[in-house]
Amino acid sequence: MAVSHVEGHSAQTALAHHFDNMEQQREAGSIGMWVFLVQEIMFFGALFLAYSIFRAKFPEAFAAASNHLDIKLGAINTVVLIVSSLTMALAVYYAQVGHRRMQVIFLTITLLLGLTFLGIKAIEYREKYVDNLIPGSLIAGHPFNPNLEELRLPANASVHNVEMFYWIYFAMTGLHALHMIIGVGILAYLIFQARKGRYTPEYHSPVEISGLYWHFVDIVWIFLFPLLYLLGRHIGGGH
Amino acid sequence: MSEHIVQRKVYFAIFGALMVFTALTVLAAFQDLDRFFPGANTVLALTIAVIKATLVVLFFMHVRYSSRLIWVIVVAGIFWLGIMFVFTVSDYLTRPSGLSP
Repeated sequence: MAVSHVEGHSAQTALAHHFDNMEQQREAGSIGMWVFLVQEIMFFGALFLAYSIFRAKFPEAFAAASNHLDIKLGAINTVVLIVSSLTMALAVYYAQVGHRRMQVIFLTITLLLGLTFLGIKAIEYREKYVDNLIPGSLIAGHPFNPNLEELRLPANASVHNVEMFYWIYFAMTGLHALHMIIGVGILAYLIFQARKGRYTPEYHSPVEISGLYWHFVDIVWIFLFPLLYLLGRHIGGGH
Repeated sequence: MSEHIVQRKVYFAIFGALMVFTALTVLAAFQDLDRFFPGANTVLALTIAVIKATLVVLFFMHVRYSSRLIWVIVVAGIFWLGIMFVFTVSDYLTRPSGLSP
């Protein structure tokens, strides 16, 4: 095993005293992150469940509201996140093999892709603001007031249920975006540490478990995209 | 058991599959599949999403190469999510008004 003698941590100093060996320490870190992610599955799951039930209860209103979302921006953001998952996986790989320069490069690309996602999301939110689709009176002087002709709402559907869609849309995508913002912060920290050579083939658990977090946030979007943007497209047509 | 290092070509293959499934789900969304059976569009969209998520969990998140303990935690999480969905939906479906408003 090649230990970096310049500034890397040897297996001796990287091992915390309460673990028997590096393998046990690494495994404990992954398990900790997975337990956290299971909790995340449960709370995002509750939102997905609420969305599914409301969607089944008010199919016409939800389809009309859903069709108003920008499918192009949603699809582009899906691709951006999948590419960022690939670059994150490669960053973990280069941490495992101890290639510091490539590790920093791929962490940086991942961070930039995360910012790209958030930028596109901001454009989408702005469009909803311009179209008066922010639900309730969240923004003073800018109440929910959609253009009914543009929505092409069927006669048997209520505009209040369109508003419900936007409540849950902003709750789900907002919580997802919050996770992205936290992820970008974590990546910035990892880049800072990786540049100093903190992560070696012997010790790189922070990169590995941050990768788990980043991929999980990608998975949430993998479900959000079809549920929010795609269902009902074949009825109402696209924009 | 030491750490398993997944080769880069595996990551590129999974990435390719994820892209293909993304294109597929967007194309399928515009086809009227409900003529086969009601809700076919929804079933296909969710099936593709589950396949994509499974690929990410198994390969990008290394679960395929992880210990039994991590498998148990992941499966338990999905199982409990299933309990939440099945019990809630069965409640709604067995009410006199069903899912209709």
